[in-house]
Amino acid sequence: MAKTLTRSAASSSGFGVDAEGAKRLLSDMLLIRRFEEKAAEAYALGKIGGFLHLYIGEEAVAVGATSVLRPDDYAISAYREHGHCLAKGSDPKRVMAELHGRRDGLSKGKGGSMHLFDRSTNFLGGHAIVGAHLPIAVGVAFAIKYRGGDQVIVCYFGDGAVPEGEFHEAMNLAALWKLPVIFLCENNRYAMGTSVERALAQTEIWKFGQTYGVPSEKVDGMDVLAVRDAVGRAVARTRQEKIPALIEADTYRYRGHSMRDPAGAVYRTKEEVEREKLRDPIVLFRDKILSAGLLSEADIRAIEKDVNDRIDEAVAFADASPEPPGEWLFTDIYKEA
Amino acid sequence: MAVTKVVMPKLSDAMEGGKIIKWLKKEGDRINGGDILAEVETDKADVEMEAFGAGVLRKILVPAGESAPIGALIGVIAEPGDDIAALVASAPAGVGAAPPPRPAAVTPSAPVAPVARPAAVVSAPAAFPAGPGQGAQAGRVKASPLAKKIAAQSGVDLRLIQGSGPGGRIIRRDVEAAGSGTAAAMPVAVPAAVSGAEFEDVPLTQIRAAIARRMPLSKAPVPHFYVTSEVAMDPAWELREQLNALEGQPKISVNDLVIRACALALLKHPGVNASLQGDAIRVYHRAHIGIAVALDDGLITPVLRDCHAKPLAQIAVEARDLVERARHRKLRAQELSGATFSISNLGMFDVAEFSAIINPPEGAILAVGSVRRVPVVDDTGLGVGRRMLLTISCDHRVMDGAMGARFLQDVKRLLEEPLRLLV
Amino acid sequence: MAVMTYREALNMALREEMRRDPNVFVIGEEVGLYEGAYKVTQGLLKEFGPQRVVDTPIAESGFTGVGIGAAMAGLRPVVEMMTFNFALLALDQIVNSAAKMHYMSGGQFNVPIVIRGPGGPAAQLAAQHSQSMETYFYHVPGLKVVRPTTPMDAKGLLKSSIRDDNPVIFIEAETLYNVKGEVPEDPDFLIPLGKAIVRREGTDVTVIAYMGMMYRALEAAEELEKEGISVELVDPRTLRPMDTETIINSVRKTHRVVVVEAGAGFAGMGSEIAASVTEQAFDDLDAPVERVTGANAPMPYARNLERLKTPSKDKIVAAIRRVCCVNGHANGS
Repeated sequence: MAKTLTRSAASSSGFGVDAEGAKRLLSDMLLIRRFEEKAAEAYALGKIGGFLHLYIGEEAVAVGATSVLRPDDYAISAYREHGHCLAKGSDPKRVMAELHGRRDGLSKGKGGSMHLFDRSTNFLGGHAIVGAHLPIAVGVAFAIKYRGGDQVIVCYFGDGAVPEGEFHEAMNLAALWKLPVIFLCENNRYAMGTSVERALAQTEIWKFGQTYGVPSEKVDGMDVLAVRDAVGRAVARTRQEKIPALIEADTYRYRGHSMRDPAGAVYRTKEEVEREKLRDPIVLFRDKILSAGLLSEADIRAIEKDVNDRIDEAVAFADASPEPPGEWLFTDIYKEA
Repeated sequence: MAVTKVVMPKLSDAMEGGKIIKWLKKEGDRINGGDILAEVETDKADVEMEAFGAGVLRKILVPAGESAPIGALIGVIAEPGDDIAALVASAPAGVGAAPPPRPAAVTPSAPVAPVARPAAVVSAPAAFPAGPGQGAQAGRVKASPLAKKIAAQSGVDLRLIQGSGPGGRIIRRDVEAAGSGTAAAMPVAVPAAVSGAEFEDVPLTQIRAAIARRMPLSKAPVPHFYVTSEVAMDPAWELREQLNALEGQPKISVNDLVIRACALALLKHPGVNASLQGDAIRVYHRAHIGIAVALDDGLITPVLRDCHAKPLAQIAVEARDLVERARHRKLRAQELSGATFSISNLGMFDVAEFSAIINPPEGAILAVGSVRRVPVVDDTGLGVGRRMLLTISCDHRVMDGAMGARFLQDVKRLLEEPLRLLV
Repeated sequence: MAVMTYREALNMALREEMRRDPNVFVIGEEVGLYEGAYKVTQGLLKEFGPQRVVDTPIAESGFTGVGIGAAMAGLRPVVEMMTFNFALLALDQIVNSAAKMHYMSGGQFNVPIVIRGPGGPAAQLAAQHSQSMETYFYHVPGLKVVRPTTPMDAKGLLKSSIRDDNPVIFIEAETLYNVKGEVPEDPDFLIPLGKAIVRREGTDVTVIAYMGMMYRALEAAEELEKEGISVELVDPRTLRPMDTETIINSVRKTHRVVVVEAGAGFAGMGSEIAASVTEQAFDDLDAPVERVTGANAPMPYARNLERLKTPSKDKIVAAIRRVCCVNGHANGS
């Protein structure tokens, strides 16, 4: 899933990807969508506990961004991170097992929905204190530069992190030290129930980048190709020039903030949600590639079946995975020498 | 109206229990808060006990002459209509606050008819708290965890020990001082007062009870041996008179000279300044000397610390202060423990010589007789001289006869060349 | 062995570890050009350059997070808090990120970071700059917390902290920076974390203290020695993980415990040690554990009030006498 799609390969299609690339983008977005739907179901069945924040509606951001990263690039996210983790290449079986709190989960069942980590894909978590992972992303970029490497790190965060001091500290340090970090803000318009208008004096989040001298832009976060294009340019520049970037992706979550806010109806209207569903990133992209003739209906049905199978397999795997043994309570607190 | 429990109050830090000397109110008397209900004798002093509630003194549970542990119910103040039956019934059975059965040979019973050996009669409350079952606070033995552990290992009955820790807590040194288990297990109790035509049973005072408890702990398990020596006291006598003629200087007693001499000799003979501690002999580097003080109702031994480091004048001042305060029962608990050696002086009673019982865990005690004028023969012929007999009692487990003798020899030499006491 | 100050010992440790491992770097406010607000990093910029001696703006949460991220990516940052009072701005990073990363990633990402700087009562710096900070950290599983009392410990423990694979909170003391002591010059000299030390042997009472309080406890011990009370001094050195074994062994010998801490006592280190001792050595106690702690008040500025806030030698002496059941006059157990 983390395989890089080169822009040159897509040039013939006219919108950035060839058939194989389009299939991958669609497949990845569908996988996340299906994964989240099944997670919601498992939550309703009591198999998943705690907080569960679904990414449904925002899939184009993670998939579009990841599609221009190398496997050795890093990604880090907040607590609505299932999509980012899956897009970066983690095995859905192990992600689902983690949500189920089972021993075969990515974090051995100790992290849960909000703390997915995968060293094998350079996915650095799953951080659930809003804003805290932005300086950490800067630190990873610091290490990349310290070692003279050419990787980048993509740091996903929501509009809710922007009023946090750490957003500004991180932006300042990354710009000051010229570090290869791409701040990718998923502006889904609500920090839990607080709209950006109620939280920010400057609602055009990308403009904060200008303050710090960081190349910034806003992109349609429901258009996977637009995301891919914007992040692709930022990655190339960052890799080359070792400077950070800020991208604001205009997106929307169709579900509530968490499963405890299933309707999300207090702070926004049903009409608004329905209106936003008209630009469902998966529907839009499917229509686009069908009309462009990149993939057929049959191709798409095959993709859907494959995705459904993989997710069913993931759920079965999670169900079958044993609970972590009691003694694991005390393992991994410290790394032993 | 509320029913007010009258309990044995805690009147001093070290107090574990008290004895009612007399009730100043009798059953049926109307009581106002603050009224003095009774006089209580503690181990340190006689204290008035005030009422903390108002009403009628409905019931006296511990009559005059009896003892009760701190917190034990000793009376009830209530209005005439209040039902106090349950409260009274909750008080320990028998006269006063009787302890639960003791191990070995103790049978609570009604007062027994006069018998020839009152010590065998056990029915009255003990002065010290007993085990559980006597009310939450009243019966608890307060002892440090370590003290409890050592007591359990050595078979010492904690109920028989007076604690020297805060609030009378029994701490390690108290258990160790109590010696070995066999002696400690001996039941000790205060017999009920019994009187008749031919004799009178006098209840033990607190101090006498303590002595009765402690002395068998010494004499039975500690093998004593005795060494006696005669000291020519003429030069010391003369020196003392000269010193006491000095204006502005503290008065020096013969006992002060003996203390000073012992302190110096102990430094030289640390083996005498020692005590048996389990399987080791603890040799003390400092001389803390217990000074036996006779009181009307017994004997206590306050401790003069660091005698080895104190000049004669300081010893005189501090010893006088200790003795004075001992007589007035104004000693602090910590001044009654920690001696490494003791001196008992019966000189004022015109006693030629005697031998003393070691106060465990000390290793030795010196018994001092009177300074007597006796005929002496020396190079110049027959004359009159001042002589004093000293007898040291030694714990044979800690030292041997020769050691005691050498120590005594040095004490004698120091007293016979008394200028050495001043340097 | 060389005689040097606590400050020099820390500097030596940093220098040696930076020479030994190119992944070690120093980051914080004024650590480079200014050579450290307390000159602990003196000369490092000159030797190692700005890439490894990184001056930051005043952004504690930010640069602490940078350190954590760098550590996750394999570096070994030494983050200097100009004073530990400022670490509260980074408390979330330390507690929620650094301490828990290894656990919540199921052992995938460890955070080998040292966060160091001066803390504890200082001289008339008032409420915000003069306080014991360790209590905020040693509660947290996943952190190690070190408080080095002597120059030798400063070096040996800092080196071990840098080599440790876990986040280490290393709190020095402004008041000790000029204390001199013998320090091994051997670059391989290490003092293991989690090991207490008996600084003075005694038989009558165990006094547990660290940093400035250890020096004060030592004075108390010397005073009481003259009265025949023999005080054993135990310095935990690492507060988490705590070497309770050494403490308990000492308690089994002396049967009495006094814990001295500069911070306000409530829920402090003394409480923790008292609980451990009670749990593990109850039957060895001849007296309740006593705590001598800072007063439950913020640090005042006025010199006389400041003196009242922090445990004095006299208070320590009094507590020792209490547990030994002696009052004024001595009694050797």
